[in-house]
Amino acid sequence: MIEADFTLHRPAFDLHARFTTGPGVTALFGPSGSGKSTILNAIAGLETPTAGRIVAGTSLFFDSGKRKNLAPHRRRIGYVFQDALLFPHLSVAGNLRYGSRRRTDMTAIVDLLGLGALLERQPARLSGGERQRVAIGRALLSDPVLLLMDEPLASLDIARKQEILPYIESLRDRFHLPVLYVSHAIDEVIRLADQVLMVEQGRIMASGAPETVLASHLDSGRFTQISVLTATAKSFDSRYGLTTLEHKAGLISIAGRLEAGHESRIAVRATDVTLALAPPKDMSVRTALYGNIASIAITQSPVATVKVELAGGQTLDVSVTRKAIDDLGLDKGQAVWCLIKAVSIDERWLGSA
Amino acid sequence: MNFTPEEWTAILLSLKVASIATLCALPIGTGLAWLLARRDFWGKTILNGIIHLPLVLPPVVTGYLLLLAFGRRGPAGAFLDQCCGIVLSFRWTGAALAAGIMGLPLMVRAVRLTIEAIDSRLEHAAATLGASPLRVFFTITLPLALPGLVAGSILAFAKALGEFGATITFVSSIPGETQTIALAIYGLTQVPGGDAAALRLAAVSIVISLAALAASEVMARRLSRRIAGFA
Repeated sequence: MIEADFTLHRPAFDLHARFTTGPGVTALFGPSGSGKSTILNAIAGLETPTAGRIVAGTSLFFDSGKRKNLAPHRRRIGYVFQDALLFPHLSVAGNLRYGSRRRTDMTAIVDLLGLGALLERQPARLSGGERQRVAIGRALLSDPVLLLMDEPLASLDIARKQEILPYIESLRDRFHLPVLYVSHAIDEVIRLADQVLMVEQGRIMASGAPETVLASHLDSGRFTQISVLTATAKSFDSRYGLTTLEHKAGLISIAGRLEAGHESRIAVRATDVTLALAPPKDMSVRTALYGNIASIAITQSPVATVKVELAGGQTLDVSVTRKAIDDLGLDKGQAVWCLIKAVSIDERWLGSA
Repeated sequence: MNFTPEEWTAILLSLKVASIATLCALPIGTGLAWLLARRDFWGKTILNGIIHLPLVLPPVVTGYLLLLAFGRRGPAGAFLDQCCGIVLSFRWTGAALAAGIMGLPLMVRAVRLTIEAIDSRLEHAAATLGASPLRVFFTITLPLALPGLVAGSILAFAKALGEFGATITFVSSIPGETQTIALAIYGLTQVPGGDAAALRLAAVSIVISLAALAASEVMARRLSRRIAGFA
């Protein structure tokens, strides 16, 4: 969808972005100040790159060689800003209509985002979550070919995030609109992204499927080490409120409900996993995944990282002390069971694959 | 109060001159304020200086410069006379021009401050929704800058109403043509027995100024309330 290769120089900041994105949701993931928002602004035409080229689909947005710089209002891009940026002097309906094209179906989008009751209100009288929903609706009604979202959930608390996330998921699933999603929250990325671009210090450090990119680039110590597993929801036990998911290496029990048959991504923190040399019994842990030790990374730190290749091929990072490695005599190739507490897999960490 | 016909003429002329001056300065001032607030261009500092010149120059100098430029023999004056038959010198239109030029810096300052206070990302958001720069200006910038436009207009109107030095230099003090309240009061204080009439006109200008100020307060409050969503 997007082919970008450009540089943007600013007094204390140098950005060099080179990437292509596919359909679906592409997450730009990285720490604050890494240049994620600048990339979005360059695509939207709100900031002009020093040199390079940006193409979206068939339309050339920017090409320094051809001295081409398409004006922002001709780029047909929907942009959802972190703080919504609703026009304060217009009602919700006025905001929605602002960029609306005749082709777009207002009622469908109003229904989808649950905006019916808000239409007459002024933006100052909306809650943070409502504002963000209106901003999403406003962007969609301009009939964009591409949606840019700059940390749309960052200013919201967890409850409000839960309110918005399903709407963003339905954009992806119902409108087939390519989305570029900036975030520094790994849970959002895991839940939404089809592709991840890791951005750090103005460079794209890695790109690819979330499972691989997140797992291999979160070891920097900047983030909690996290592994991403894919599993299919099998059944829900309403008595205990637990969903059982099927993974080739074993069954995974998680708190909360997931639709059966739903393929999900689960993020597991390395510190939440325990290694055992035998299948567990007489223990409270419900989830035990079978695999073989692929590698053991030992540093000066008392804690080492063991990479376990699970049956079926996915890799799980486990934090254990160096002492435990010696006491258990852990070694490469050894068969182990990875024990994960159900409560450690928070519902927030679930995403549909 | 019973005004003499001469006094009525001065009052109505003052209102006419100040209103026309303000109405003409409003679009020009708003455009200049937008340029200064939102654009970077070569000569911005010079433009800003020229706009503010009437504020710092002695009004007599401004009036004299206007006379040189817009007098019948001045380059601008001769051009306007030949092309459109507009004569400014010693006419009420000239008084309006002098008043407008004296009020312009106040107008530009007020509007520029309001435009600078508008989050420019709102304008960016409008652009991403497909709005051309012109549409962004008229649908986002201008409505949000309305309180500043009102404040600037009142300041310019008040300045125009009280303008003396530039007006008397440029268009003299001709009763019924260029003699506004301020010039009439000055004239009355120069003749014996004019004190009572001067005082009456002074009271009139106080009333007009206070009314304008009150109107601007009410309008500004109503506008900002509407923007905040409590209308």
